[in-house]
Amino acid sequence: MSNTKELKVSAIKNGTVIDHISADHLFKVISILGLDKIQNQITFGTNLESHKFAQKAIVKVADKFFEDDEINKISLVAPYAKLNIIKDYEVVEKKSVTIPDEVVGIVKCVNPKCITNHEAITTRFSLVDKKEVALKCHYCEKITTEEHLEIL
Amino acid sequence: MKGKSLVSITDFSKEEILQIVKLAADFEANPNQPLLKNKVVASLFFEPSTRTRLSFETAINRLGGSVIGFTDSSSSSTTKGESLKDTIKMVSNYADLVVMRHPLEGAARYSSEESAVPIINAGDGANQHPTQTLLDLYSIYKTQGTLENLNIFLVGDLKYGRTVHSLLMAMSHFNPVFNFISPDELKMPDEYKLFLDELGIKYYEHSEFTDIISAADILYMTRVQRERFSDPIEYEKVKNVYVLRNAMLDNTKDNLRILHPLPRVNEIHTDVDENPKAYYFQQAQNGVYARMAIMASILGLKEV
Repeated sequence: MSNTKELKVSAIKNGTVIDHISADHLFKVISILGLDKIQNQITFGTNLESHKFAQKAIVKVADKFFEDDEINKISLVAPYAKLNIIKDYEVVEKKSVTIPDEVVGIVKCVNPKCITNHEAITTRFSLVDKKEVALKCHYCEKITTEEHLEIL
Repeated sequence: MKGKSLVSITDFSKEEILQIVKLAADFEANPNQPLLKNKVVASLFFEPSTRTRLSFETAINRLGGSVIGFTDSSSSSTTKGESLKDTIKMVSNYADLVVMRHPLEGAARYSSEESAVPIINAGDGANQHPTQTLLDLYSIYKTQGTLENLNIFLVGDLKYGRTVHSLLMAMSHFNPVFNFISPDELKMPDEYKLFLDELGIKYYEHSEFTDIISAADILYMTRVQRERFSDPIEYEKVKNVYVLRNAMLDNTKDNLRILHPLPRVNEIHTDVDENPKAYYFQQAQNGVYARMAIMASILGLKEV
C-alpha cells in the first residue's frame, strides 16, 4: 500500500470511520457519541498529519452506523468531520455533518447567571448563526459563541 | 392568550399587546372589577423587589383575588435547598396563576415548562421584565393616543438596560423611529440594531444629549450606573452628561412625555418633576392597570 497514512490506523470490515476531526477535539467527539461506553471495537488515531488541520484525529467504530441526529451532535466540535460508511472493507457512503437548528443537552450556557448552570436542567439552544456558530439559550436568551463553547 | 405564560415580551403578538393596552384602559376607567374572586395568585419573589411586588399585589387585590407567596427567598424553602422545579411544582398545584421574580436568568422560562398553571415573569435577572414593557406601552398609548409612527428617544444605558431592549422589541410592531443617546461604552448592542435593520425601522445614534430631543414624542430615560464602566474615569466623564434638566425641555413638542422605569438617581433633575411633560410617576401607577389587564387576559376572564 503506497498510502502510509492508511497504515497508521488499521482498517475495519463493517462500521463507520469518522475522519477530519481536529486533534484537540478527539476526546470530546468520543464523549459526545458515548463511544467510551459502548462495547464495539474502536480504534482511533490522533496527532496525524493533515492538510486541513495542524494535526487531525480519526476514529473507526466497528459495526456501528450512526443516525444523522446522533452524528450531527459532533458538528459543534468537529464541523469538518467526514464519515465513511464501511461495508465489507468498502466505502459505501460518505457523509458530512451539519449543525442542527436545535442543540439539546450538549453545550453549557456561557452565562454564569443562567438557570441551567444552577439547576439540573437539560440545556437547549437554537442556532442563530451557522457560519460563526452562535447558539441562543432557550432559557436565559444569551448567545454562546464558538470561542466560549464548552461541551457538557 | 388564555392559559399562556408571559415570560418574554416576544411571547405576545402585536394583537395581544394591543389587547392588553386596551384592557388596561378599561381597568383604569373601572378599577374595581372582582374578576379574580375565588382565584388564588401565587406571588413568588425569590429576590426582593418592593415596587414590582406591590404593583402586582395591588392589581390582584383590585381584581378581588387572593395572594399567597413570599417576598424574598429567605422566607421560602429555597433556603432549605429546595430546587426551583420542586417549588414551582408544589405552588402551581395550589394557585391559579404564578407571578415570579428570580435572580437567575431563564428561571421564568424553565418554570413555565414545569408549572401546571401560567407563569408571569416579574423579572428574571438581567433577562426579561415583560410587564414593565407592557406598562411602558400603555403609558405611551395613553399619552400619545396611539402606538403607531412615534419618534422614540432612548437615553442612558442602552447596552445593559433590559427595559430599553424589551421596549425596542415591542415598539418594533408599530413603525417607530428610534433615536439612541448614550455614552460610547453603553451603546445599543449590534443585535438590536440588526433586528431593526431587518425590519427596515429607522434609528439614529448620538453621543450628545442636546436639543435633538426637540423631535421626540417619547423620551425614555435610564440610569447610567457606575458599575457598568470598566474604567472609572470614563464614568466620571459621562455621569453628568446624560442628565435631563427642565431648561432642556423648552423647545420640545407639546405631546412629549418623559418616561423612566424608576428608581431614578440623578439622570432626571428634580426640577423636571413639576413639568407637565414629566410622566414617570403616573407611569408607575399605570403598572397596576397593565398588570390587571395581563392577569385577566391570561386567565381568560375578560376581553376587549
